[in-house]
Amino acid sequence: MPILGVIASAITGNLVTTAYESIATVSVGSGGAADVTFSSIPATFTHLQIRYIVKNEFSGGASNYLEGQLNSDTGNNYAAHALFGTGASVTATGSSSRNTIRVGIVTSTYATPSGFSAGVIDILDYANTNKYTTIRGLGGYDSNNVNTEPGYVGLFSSLWQNTNAVTSIKLFNGNTSYELTEYSHFALYGIKGA
Amino acid sequence: MAAGSTYTPIATTTLGSAQSSITFSSFSGYTDLVLVNNSTCTINTQVIGCQYNNDTGTNYSKIYLLADGSTAFSGGNINENYAVGGEAYNTLNTNIHYFFNYANTTTYKTAIVRSNNAGNRVGAWVNLWRNTAAITTIKIFPLSGSFDTGSTFTLYGIAAA
Repeated sequence: MPILGVIASAITGNLVTTAYESIATVSVGSGGAADVTFSSIPATFTHLQIRYIVKNEFSGGASNYLEGQLNSDTGNNYAAHALFGTGASVTATGSSSRNTIRVGIVTSTYATPSGFSAGVIDILDYANTNKYTTIRGLGGYDSNNVNTEPGYVGLFSSLWQNTNAVTSIKLFNGNTSYELTEYSHFALYGIKGA
Repeated sequence: MAAGSTYTPIATTTLGSAQSSITFSSFSGYTDLVLVNNSTCTINTQVIGCQYNNDTGTNYSKIYLLADGSTAFSGGNINENYAVGGEAYNTLNTNIHYFFNYANTTTYKTAIVRSNNAGNRVGAWVNLWRNTAAITTIKIFPLSGSFDTGSTFTLYGIAAA
């Protein structure tokens, strides 16, 4: 059960200081990974963005949420809401006290043998120490109705009820019994303010 | 190795006359693509189709989530001959189209679109192209009518570290 990670500060010396910059990338290799972690994120940007494709190894059923934790905080200090379409109906969910953020959908090997979920996550004003941190996501997958699991597309919003600057982001399948599969790919970017 | 500065404009087109389709090619060297389209259509209320690599076969499917000011609804289609690149109206509509890991040759390709029209509705689509080939061309077109004069299309490339 390897855990993949990147020390972002280790490569910042190579970055060019312009508006949208690549910070680090994690690609899941053969054997899968329990989670993906970006750590030592520099506080030199205004916003962060993660762009990803992802799938879990579950071969017997449908998808799970893409969930995460900030700064290794495992307490019930998060809130999360989602609005998504299933191809047949619209669902809204939410909770105000939970131990993970929800930022997207992770398709399964069962639903999309050759396809992946994809999405964009924004972590807004992540280095500001005067307010809680808001995270939003846009994501989903389509399977062409393989195994009658057509897919989802949705909007996601989470709140970390802590004023610390975000220095690490851990992402994982909502059902932690199932790892992320090979070829899952996460890229972290920093966006500068004026 | 960090890629450093990215989100690079690759091509921008502003239509000087109505045009039935726009095609982008020559966009190698990136991880993701983003196509921003601010357009009107000569026929009101059109779906914008999208085809990759000139594939006109029934290799696309999609799911959408839409809200029209009073109702939110979701639907989808399988085995279609186009992906969806958003919507077009006779009033300005913005579509932002995200192409993920478009150059990898291992996975089917997933793309997501966010569409906004202040006078009509707001929506999101997820598209699947059942092909593992790298995307080398992107063609977008309203299913009927043409993109109108003044419509703009900008393709960006995003490289990963």
